[in-house]
Amino acid sequence: MARNSNRPLSPHLQIWRWGPAMAVSILHRASGSILSFGGSVMLVAWLAAIAAGPDTYAKFIDCMTADEGNALHIGGLNIIPFIVLFGISWAFFQHLGSGLRHLVLDTGAGYELKTNRFWSIAVMLGGIAATIALWALILAR
Amino acid sequence: MGNGTGIGRVRGLGSSKQGGHHWVIHRFTAFGNLLLAPWLLVSLVRLPDLSFETVAAWLSSPFASVAMLLLVVSVFWHMRMGLQVVIEDYVHDEGNKLISLLALNAFVLIAAALAVVSVLKIAVIGGAA
Repeated sequence: MARNSNRPLSPHLQIWRWGPAMAVSILHRASGSILSFGGSVMLVAWLAAIAAGPDTYAKFIDCMTADEGNALHIGGLNIIPFIVLFGISWAFFQHLGSGLRHLVLDTGAGYELKTNRFWSIAVMLGGIAATIALWALILAR
Repeated sequence: MGNGTGIGRVRGLGSSKQGGHHWVIHRFTAFGNLLLAPWLLVSLVRLPDLSFETVAAWLSSPFASVAMLLLVVSVFWHMRMGLQVVIEDYVHDEGNKLISLLALNAFVLIAAALAVVSVLKIAVIGGAA
């Protein structure tokens, strides 16, 4: 049944002061959606390119990597693939961390205000730190 | 969950009419992803390079093929369940909701089938393409 537009909607996001728990909650959805569209397409494209053979795989790698002398590249990747992969890697670590947080919350633990606030902030900072660490590792090679 | 009285037929099922099954499978696949996604990340970082020969040889080993197949199933199943909840929460018009869920199922099935066939092909013929 369609919503009766004469009735008010519950005011939610607009009226609350933002806190870490709200932020990590919506980031879980946002990062999950990024992984669903970006991560899954990249994974399937990569697998299909390998399966199609060396020529197709070479084209795939050519799309992702910069030519010699191209200033717009980071660690051999073109700038757009770098931004896409960097975003996917952040979404991965964020979703991993907030997913682990959800599994703990599912057991009924971690709802005390201080504990909940601490892990909400820790998960967000951990996601950023792990992303930077991964790319430092890749770019250092 | 009985089938006699009215209350017995609905008890434990909630508004979705399927109880906690969706929720439980979402968690089961989360545990699968928790093992398999870090495996993929660590494997990729540990490969000496990402040339065709290297990735085809790595992915054609039985361990890597099986892990990748399980990853595809777990990840796409988890993804389908997560996006289903997102659609159900934000798409309020019943017609648009139906079309969105249909598109989601089509996308997941096509992408997962393409991934599975690709992994199987690599597993069978390896780098000899």
